[in-house]
Amino acid sequence: MQQIINFIIRNKNFLLFLLLFGFSLLFTIQSHSYHRSKFINSANFLTGGVYNSINNINNYFDLKTQNQLLTEENKRLRSLLSNSAIALDSVFTDSLMFGKSYNFYTSNVIKNSYSLHNNILTLNKGRNDSIKQDFGVISQKGIIGIVDKTSANYATVISILNTTSRISAQLKKTNHFGTLTWNGTSPEFNQLIDIPKIAPVVKGDTIITSGRSSIFPKGVPIGIVEDFKLDQAENYYEINVRLFNDMTSVEHVYIIENANKEEIKNLLSDN
Amino acid sequence: MNSIFSIHTIRFVALVFVQVLIFNHINFLGYINPYIYILFIALFPVSNNRVILIMLSFLLGITIDMFLDTGGIHAGASVFIAYIRPIVLKSSFGMIYEHQTMKFNAVDFGSKLTYFTLLTVLHHIVLFSLEIFSISKILLILQKTLFSSIFTILLSVVITIIFSRKSK
Repeated sequence: MQQIINFIIRNKNFLLFLLLFGFSLLFTIQSHSYHRSKFINSANFLTGGVYNSINNINNYFDLKTQNQLLTEENKRLRSLLSNSAIALDSVFTDSLMFGKSYNFYTSNVIKNSYSLHNNILTLNKGRNDSIKQDFGVISQKGIIGIVDKTSANYATVISILNTTSRISAQLKKTNHFGTLTWNGTSPEFNQLIDIPKIAPVVKGDTIITSGRSSIFPKGVPIGIVEDFKLDQAENYYEINVRLFNDMTSVEHVYIIENANKEEIKNLLSDN
Repeated sequence: MNSIFSIHTIRFVALVFVQVLIFNHINFLGYINPYIYILFIALFPVSNNRVILIMLSFLLGITIDMFLDTGGIHAGASVFIAYIRPIVLKSSFGMIYEHQTMKFNAVDFGSKLTYFTLLTVLHHIVLFSLEIFSISKILLILQKTLFSSIFTILLSVVITIIFSRKSK
């Protein structure tokens, strides 16, 4: 017994080092598996508060570009509205909004990150604004990621620039679908894998979300095909997708809630 | 004792804020960021207790991790260099360190640079190995280590020169 205690006292530095290093490894491994990073995230009171107050100042610096983006989006939506087939004088105007399946919330990115291997963003909306895990996040131009952790006023988002991110995506012209991943190299490109060989992929094709995951509605733009090749087994294409979004500069985003998600989930788990 | 304590508290908080709010947004050439918060570990008094240093390094690392959503990679790397620091000190300062009389203000520039370089490279190798976490991407790890190390060493030397008190 004496010897054990002596051993511990003699090697206390090394044992402390091992213990703390073990903790760090544990946190690291947890953060590498999807949705499991429990304690260490930036959606808490301290970090969220700091980022929010700094963002209040930084906001002003790119006000001009953000305004331009918003006007562009308004222009696109207006042209959609005026060119749509539905005549404007007979719109279904029930305020109960029967059958509405997607709710949108607006939010601001208060911490962006794109230079790491697993990038995570922080938004300034949280549980108090009824944001929950697994809501989709998009910007004016395309998808951003999926909500991971929420605190009272802040939420973290697993960016599409995260090597653990998996999002169902498809070709716009046909319905061949695959999985959108990131290989960790360039923030301009994502990789779309598991597109069957039979699909007629051409350089310049548009990639959109497929709506199969019940997180994003179908048709949210992602990017265009930059180049593509067959994978090692020669059965599926690996496509390099140039993103519409400039992920290095995002400010105003929309959070999407799928109101029918529970129903879809229950149906799937019944089978 | 009290003033030393308060200096290190201020240094801890200041380095965390500077790291999180400024140096993480540099993204030179897309991904190169300096990690100057390790100055806290490098400049911690030599004679002080090692246990305290290791604990403080963990705290420092985990604070940075919390801000950057990186799991525990900064904590791991910081704890590692805090543990390995005496060996690095011995190999870069030699005799002065053995006699327990050294002050970081009063050592010559060459050995100080060696000391910063060793600590920074060790820290960055552990940091990026933990971040990328796959042996097949060893080249990417080494590349990131090299570029970020150069940046960090330069900035740490500049900062120590700016903030050092004149030794009379």
